[in-house]
Amino acid sequence: MDVNLPEKYRPIIDAERCIKCRKCIRECSFGALRFEDDRVKYNGGCVSCLRCVTICPTQAIAVREVDPQFTPHPVFDEKVRRSIIAQANSGGVLLTSCGTDKEYMDIFSHLLLDAAQVTNPSIDPLREPVETRTYLGRRTGRLPMRDGKIDIEADMPPIISMDMPLMIGHISLGSVSYNTQKALFSAAKDLNIIAGSGEGGLHKDFYGFSDWVCSEVASGRFGVTADYLKRVSSVEIKIGQGAKPGHGGHLPGEKVSELISEARMIPKGTDALSPYPHHDIYSIEDLQQLISVLKESTEYKVPVGVKIAAVHNVGAIASGVVRAGADFITVDGLRGGTGSAPRIIRDHAGMPIEIAIATVDQRLQEEGLRNKVTLCAGGGIRSSADMIKAIALGADVVMVYTAALVAMGCKVCQQCHQGICAWGIATQRDELTKRLDPDIATQRVTNLFRAWNEELREVIGAMGIDSVESLVGNRDRLRYIGPNHRIAEIIGVKHSGEGWG
Amino acid sequence: MSEDELMDQCVVIDADRRDELGHPMGYRELNERIREAVSKGCKNVVLNNVLGQRYIGSTIGVARIEIHGTPGNDLGAFLNGATIEVFGNAQDVTGNTMNAGRIIVHGNAWDITGLAARGGTILIRDDAGYRVGINMKEYEDTKPSLIIGGSVRDYLGEYMAGGSILVLGTGVTEGQSPIGLYIGAGIHGGRLFIRGKVESYQLGAGATITDIAEDDIEELESMISEYELAFGKKIERDWSKFVKIAPQDSRPFKGYYDKTLI
Repeated sequence: MDVNLPEKYRPIIDAERCIKCRKCIRECSFGALRFEDDRVKYNGGCVSCLRCVTICPTQAIAVREVDPQFTPHPVFDEKVRRSIIAQANSGGVLLTSCGTDKEYMDIFSHLLLDAAQVTNPSIDPLREPVETRTYLGRRTGRLPMRDGKIDIEADMPPIISMDMPLMIGHISLGSVSYNTQKALFSAAKDLNIIAGSGEGGLHKDFYGFSDWVCSEVASGRFGVTADYLKRVSSVEIKIGQGAKPGHGGHLPGEKVSELISEARMIPKGTDALSPYPHHDIYSIEDLQQLISVLKESTEYKVPVGVKIAAVHNVGAIASGVVRAGADFITVDGLRGGTGSAPRIIRDHAGMPIEIAIATVDQRLQEEGLRNKVTLCAGGGIRSSADMIKAIALGADVVMVYTAALVAMGCKVCQQCHQGICAWGIATQRDELTKRLDPDIATQRVTNLFRAWNEELREVIGAMGIDSVESLVGNRDRLRYIGPNHRIAEIIGVKHSGEGWG
Repeated sequence: MSEDELMDQCVVIDADRRDELGHPMGYRELNERIREAVSKGCKNVVLNNVLGQRYIGSTIGVARIEIHGTPGNDLGAFLNGATIEVFGNAQDVTGNTMNAGRIIVHGNAWDITGLAARGGTILIRDDAGYRVGINMKEYEDTKPSLIIGGSVRDYLGEYMAGGSILVLGTGVTEGQSPIGLYIGAGIHGGRLFIRGKVESYQLGAGATITDIAEDDIEELESMISEYELAFGKKIERDWSKFVKIAPQDSRPFKGYYDKTLI
């Protein structure tokens, strides 16, 4: 009954270059290649993860996108027809991973940065101080005074110092391998930034990194113990994720290996299901209770934040979250990544992060709350340019996940949910996970974010700003150059050509 | 009193002690005092006149906390081994994400009792509310159990991934069911035992009614004995009146998704 779908990708093997070492066949975890009649042949099933291309010692392989097999049609395009055929075959909900591949308008690319000329001198960051230190936590907004003097011994809310305005987003042990999470944590340690634990508990081997780990409390409460909460630098309640707002977590049983079962404290091979909502949170008052109980449980020693997905009413929700007592709030945008999500939600629900940052920043300012919290934003931050623009739109800290994985080897083939990642990242199979050397991966992630931070310093120096804190929410240093002037109005950015006046 | 003398001594806190404005003790101060007593090695903390103070006993490891009055929401959250005994009613989210220990309530406990518990025992003498025992889970030897003497409302054991729930149905009118609707919706591990009438329309997606097996009787016997011991009551052992609810499958969503490359 099933109708075959045409192949999307095809590896082309150059017979003259091929030395028949068969390395590509061993490396392809999708089983797309075989050796027959004294040459490498294609079985089908290529996902374009480019493992074979990268590993081939003679560069004899190229993966090509197969020319569209469907009759050209601008409305019933290839993706639409492929989805229909697949679902007519299976009757299932289409599953995918990584961030959305739909061409929603990328607003970052329509924003231009300002630079200093004549009347405000620019700063050379290589020779003059340009500060990128960033603090995560609740601000009191005033200095504590006693007897007319600043009271340096007064109790202040806990706050974390990071060397750059960037944190590695929450990627759970389970969605990614042990080596991947180890590399992310050790990169965070080397960079003195924070990395999220994701909803999978904290493996005991990683306790050494706990000062640089933000532990996640999500609806499944996997691995959340008193020890886990008290050990780390900060705690984040995950309400939503940009890639799947309103959706829970679902780690398929295939990925629940011995190691994952131990960290999540569930039996091996069972599905790890996180409920869609937290069943103890049906209101802002309920959220306030969970924040308070986490503060009680950590004895007020670490900041407690809340992560929400960017949805249409994000400004009002963020206001409620801050009023509920969150020390930091993380907003995750439409283009955010995931290890597994229904395509329908990933591609169609939510709000671009650019608009979310600006509306949340604006709303919190209007309500006199913005100076109390740290605003973190993620979901579609691909480069230092995106990071800089996100900060200028109003974020204190940006959260990056996919880019860190790409630095390690990920090619964004969107097959994480299959659990057979050829790069050893989104898999739990021993023969695959050992492909990722955590030391090399750490170095690559560290290199990437150091370079981004240098680029940030270059840009803010060029703007004549000497500290990243002065860029936060400085929307006057942005101009819009895109097709829709209404977007510029909503995000509070002038159009290119409009001056200061 | 020296610290040595405090060891194993009982610390008594009056939660209704008023400040100069007439306000009772806030939860922060109350919890701070409990933590301080426990950190000094005190094994027995008695709280009198508790007036709905929240978050009592979060993360406490070794101690016995006796509560007279009405504790507020999130009693014994992330509990890590302590025993909490309430002489009165408990409110919502008792034993939130509990890891180990015992919570005994001489009265009712309301909604979401035992949320995401992964170890320890919760004993409720009378009734409990909605969404009780959601997302309980077990791992190797750590297995939570939740025992309710009376009746419960809808969504008992939703998303259940492990552990045991027992509802004894005491005080329920003859012919009525001690549980509500959507019982065990999304269940993929663990088991529920109900004494009394259960009909298939009360079950949630993924749950099924099965017979009580020999192994179950051993577990039931131990849970019932625990209940009897805690509350000084006698429960009749007529296994024909018990119903077991178990998951249809440990992978309820297998086959639900289509992984085709689009």
